[in-house]
Amino acid sequence: MNQPASAYFIEERHDPNETHTLSVLVQNEPGVLARVIGLFSGRGYNIESLTVTETESQKHLSRITIVTTGTPMVIEQIKHQLDRMIPVYRVVDMTLTKRSIERELAMVKVRGQGDHRVEALRLADAFRARVIDATTESFVFEITGNTDKINQFIDLMRPLGLVEVSRTGVAAIGRGPEGM
Amino acid sequence: MSDKSHDPNQMTGAAMIVRALIDHGVTDIFGYPGGAVLPIYDEIFQQSEVQHILVRHEQGAGHAAEGYARSTGKPGVALVTSGPGATNMVTPLADALMDSIPMVCISGQVPTHLIGNDAFQECDTVGITRPCTKHNWLVRDVNDLAKVLHEAFYVATTGRPGPVLVDVPKDVQFATGTYHPPRKSDVHRSYAPRVKGDATQIRKAVALLANAKRPVIYSGGGVINSGPEATRLLRELVEVTGFPITSTLMGLGAYPASGKNWLGMLGMHGTYEANMTMHDCDVMLCVGARFDDRITGRVDAFSPGSKKIHIDIDPSSINKNIRVDVPIIGDCGNILGDILQVFKAEAKKPDIKAWWQQIAQWRGRNSLYYKKSNDVILPQHAIQSLFEATRGRDTYITTEVGQHQMWAAQFYGFEEPHRWMTSGGLGTMGYGLPAAVGVQVAHPDSLVIDIAGDASVQMTMQEMSTAVQYELPIKIFILNNQYMGMVRQWQQLLHGNRLSHSYSEALPDFVKLAEAYGGVGLQVHKPADLDGAIQEMISIKRPVLFDCRVAALENCFPMIPSGKAHNEMLLPEQANDEATAKAFAGGKALV
Repeated sequence: MNQPASAYFIEERHDPNETHTLSVLVQNEPGVLARVIGLFSGRGYNIESLTVTETESQKHLSRITIVTTGTPMVIEQIKHQLDRMIPVYRVVDMTLTKRSIERELAMVKVRGQGDHRVEALRLADAFRARVIDATTESFVFEITGNTDKINQFIDLMRPLGLVEVSRTGVAAIGRGPEGM
Repeated sequence: MSDKSHDPNQMTGAAMIVRALIDHGVTDIFGYPGGAVLPIYDEIFQQSEVQHILVRHEQGAGHAAEGYARSTGKPGVALVTSGPGATNMVTPLADALMDSIPMVCISGQVPTHLIGNDAFQECDTVGITRPCTKHNWLVRDVNDLAKVLHEAFYVATTGRPGPVLVDVPKDVQFATGTYHPPRKSDVHRSYAPRVKGDATQIRKAVALLANAKRPVIYSGGGVINSGPEATRLLRELVEVTGFPITSTLMGLGAYPASGKNWLGMLGMHGTYEANMTMHDCDVMLCVGARFDDRITGRVDAFSPGSKKIHIDIDPSSINKNIRVDVPIIGDCGNILGDILQVFKAEAKKPDIKAWWQQIAQWRGRNSLYYKKSNDVILPQHAIQSLFEATRGRDTYITTEVGQHQMWAAQFYGFEEPHRWMTSGGLGTMGYGLPAAVGVQVAHPDSLVIDIAGDASVQMTMQEMSTAVQYELPIKIFILNNQYMGMVRQWQQLLHGNRLSHSYSEALPDFVKLAEAYGGVGLQVHKPADLDGAIQEMISIKRPVLFDCRVAALENCFPMIPSGKAHNEMLLPEQANDEATAKAFAGGKALV
């Protein structure tokens, strides 16, 4: 392999990227989210989606759900790097467990009249989206589902007068009786 | 209501800081005062258990704390003010993080109500230092301070050691609260580094070692961090197995350089025998090292035929650069003990005579060869002379970063751990002089020498003033070639010999400079005068700047060119223009 003049070995990586969803249980304290995000930006990892809120207020525990992409070696690094942070209790790779449920919530604003309006309502019904705000020329739909389903719904709304979308990002949990 | 005025645990935040230092056995700290730490300095003034060393620049405090820590195994402590005091600590913190050095930095901060207001000497210290500490804390309530300080010491010194920072606003230093001595509950429940290795993995490792035909042990700074027991066990393992051993820059001294199984340092400027042994081995035992890019060379050609065992306390070091076959997570000392126990019970010394014969051939290449001169001092010769003159003495060596650092690693033989302080991971020019200050504070009666370059040493030269103030007789041994030698070497090899800004047109007169600081200056030009001058330097019980004028254009070999594997080293006798050009082919037009 030809190397440019460099003090470093420049490596070509050929492994394909994978997408993984990680659940991270952390102590809810000032700066903890900045630590996690700083790790990703500092080490050049990707964040596709990030969701965080306190889940056990008595114990001050927050759960962070991160969707990330990288080669298998990078994904392994990300998990270890997260796990060694002081306020991190546990890191679970939900994708590896193959037993996880992932959901996102989106609010979708559509503006239109006549046939477009009727069609939007009909599709919303098919996707089990709820109307949470309405005017004579607009709707706001609330839709819950996995990322693909929401993407599909948004694509369908686009020609019908899509105005804007607000999404929560992915939350994930394992199936069965056990906790993480 | 109880009367709290007589409760000995009621005190100000500033008093708590000094009390916590005492409770953690700290006897020396390095620092620089300023507005946001004055209450702490007031407490320091009124006690005598903790000695404070006043540096001349906060970076000096950080590196001194690192040198102190590295030479004692105890955490180094630095105290700095807010704003520029804290930002000047960033380099030492990053340095300590890369080299896993336990360090506790306490920084002052503007009062809580001013945080975020762009107050005088305010900066977001925890934000700035977050990626260059193992962990950091901003303490907003004086009643959290004791817990945080105790946790800081625990985090810095356990697991993979590293630097931590506690940022304390000035109002918290003034406020009164309740102190408590260190206790277990001070630590995050989420922090529990693994110490003991997995028994199944240990058995797998022993099976590999026992059946090895071409084994090698590759040890790193983790063995030294683990403590004296790990060093003892490593030496015993080498003895019991009869295996050859090489070390990283950070690992020098864990196995004695005079030991018969020693191959020398490995990596970019390691010995030919060490790198060839790594490349051709069938079983590699990596203990407390991290397959850094200066070690591996080209990763896809790194030791292609070997089974690799990796002992590391940090799971994120496993499979980061090189895929290993048997990872064992835990403390090196603990795991080496287990491996030895199983090996002694179930295995016998493998017959590796043929392997040693092969290694002897590689050794025969004499990869550290250089041609001595009667007219000019070769830098390698200067280090060898220094080594001979200090052999058998109670000596500590620090370095700056560059060619002199690599020559020191190649030509100075370390017999014991904790004797070699160098900036390995971050490669911080200016590390060695303040580190020597820290080492000398910890070991007042020992001989402490900073092997320096003329460029590096000027980055933290001001700490000569600290050495003079505290009568620290450090010796600054400058290999003066008037170049940033390693920069020039790369420019010669990779950038068409265009020596862009790597020559110091004007250098100070180091002898006069030493005298101006109140130290002693020595200068030597001739090889014949070298030994005498070194003896004179050693006999002077004051700080010395030793200006050793060396061959200006000497380069550091052997060397693994970038993008090459361990078995493609460039040896000194081959390093003529043509061979060098060929070795670096694929790059730009060469020398």
